[in-house]
Amino acid sequence: MIGKSITSRKILLLAPLLLFLGLAYVVPFLGVVRWSFTMPEVGLGQYRALMTDPLVQSVFIRTLRICLIVTAAVLVTAYAIAYVWVRGSSVQRMLAEFCILVPFWISVLTRAFGWLAMLSNRGLINTWLQSAGIISEPLALARNELGVIIGMTHFLIPFAVFPIASAMRSIDERVLLAARGMGASRTRIFWTVFVPLTYGGLIGAGLIVFVFALGFFVTPAILGGGRSVMVAELVYLRIFQSPDWGLGAAISVVLVLFIGALLALMRRFIKPAHLIG
Amino acid sequence: MSSSRPGPVILIVATAVALFLLMPLIAVIPVSFTPARFLSMPSGTLSLRHYQALIDNPAWGQSILLSLRIGILSSAIATALATMFGLGIWMFQPRFSALLIGFVLLPLVVPPVVSAMTLYFLMTTLSSFNSWIGYDTWLGVALAHAVMITPFAVVLILVALYQVDRRIDLAARGLGANLATRAFRIIIPNIKFGIATAALLSFVLSWEEIGVTLFITSVNAITLPRLMWMGLRDNIDPAIAAISVLLIVITAVILAFRIFIDRRRTTDPL
Repeated sequence: MIGKSITSRKILLLAPLLLFLGLAYVVPFLGVVRWSFTMPEVGLGQYRALMTDPLVQSVFIRTLRICLIVTAAVLVTAYAIAYVWVRGSSVQRMLAEFCILVPFWISVLTRAFGWLAMLSNRGLINTWLQSAGIISEPLALARNELGVIIGMTHFLIPFAVFPIASAMRSIDERVLLAARGMGASRTRIFWTVFVPLTYGGLIGAGLIVFVFALGFFVTPAILGGGRSVMVAELVYLRIFQSPDWGLGAAISVVLVLFIGALLALMRRFIKPAHLIG
Repeated sequence: MSSSRPGPVILIVATAVALFLLMPLIAVIPVSFTPARFLSMPSGTLSLRHYQALIDNPAWGQSILLSLRIGILSSAIATALATMFGLGIWMFQPRFSALLIGFVLLPLVVPPVVSAMTLYFLMTTLSSFNSWIGYDTWLGVALAHAVMITPFAVVLILVALYQVDRRIDLAARGLGANLATRAFRIIIPNIKFGIATAALLSFVLSWEEIGVTLFITSVNAITLPRLMWMGLRDNIDPAIAAISVLLIVITAVILAFRIFIDRRRTTDPL
């Protein structure tokens, strides 16, 4: 009797969210999967198109290239600022935290727009360089792949800082003291003791950044100016501009499978609590 | 300790990164005061016309009100569902709880564009049954946002729960408290900051959501980000700079205040 009422209460607490996501997320996703096999006609046609269409192929390759560059850039920059955030003096820590959290809380649109204001032809950088007489024609900094990489790196740094900082915080201070006591220089301690102890955080951060970058939509659409289309924007275009829902659905399914495989491979490095910090 | 303080090289790199992080937020400030009708740096004269445009054009006010309404509703749904779920996981420690949590976090790890497509499917399907919740309705947007932000609320609430000392719950149980008493009088008061943070983050995430919103709205449910998007794609409207400056200032002030309070609280005992 008691066991039974505990079970029913357990279900009462857990079921609402599970049901909600099941009905509003999983079931519609199965609908998308069905689209990929039935639109415009029943069969594997869309998947065949994915494998052979040179446009789709070039978008996939560009997406992978951009994601790899962005992941590398994010890890290096996030590591530096995370280090100061974790191990700096009290003022340094406060400043670092401010610089990490303010962009994190500001919308992706505002940040993309900020980069347009920096990089576009009449933006801050080109206006300054021109008025200083260094260049005569504006540099092409936005509306191309460079702009996309800059904007995405900026967006993703905070997401990498949290897992890296959490790995840095869990380092045992005594290990560093021991290295110091045995006469290692600061540089040597950093590279041969400190950094290897944070590999777990780095791998987790790299994975999060790569996965987020893969499905990125808003920043490439604004800063790429339609010229360097990534996979996510391709899905959008296939649905709203050249109605081809089947292909958009097929790309979605392939993306999910790819990320699922990636996460399964790297499962032991992911801790949900680290996502937010 | 001194051996682990950041050295000059890493300080220089970190300063460059900090500037990189703040630069685009600072760059919108001069743009918002340009007298020109296109994106440009002001040369000589400053103008408030783009701030005036925010007031004169009713679309901005309407979209702000809509975004507030959607944010409050979706954050309430997400926080309530996430709190119940977190309590269930923490109090009963069911078998497969890792699996359940993984399932609930799906919308977080699935690429946003796939979620957008999925919710587009949901909304068009719902629209064929009713005209209240569905494609291009505010309730539909709130529902879709709730799906997207719930994982974040779950993570925050679970983090708060894992910091609660299980022994206080055991003590309450030993003294004969029933489930409701334990939940409402023991556990929830101990995670109230976690719940508040989850509600706030959920609201902010909904307030600035654009990826999914773009797929499920067209002309009626124009949220603030959706309106900004429309002014960003082709000819860039400097009114975006004015609204961006306002949003950045609000965020920066709130965060600076919070960080300052946090630091005072943690450094006081020294």
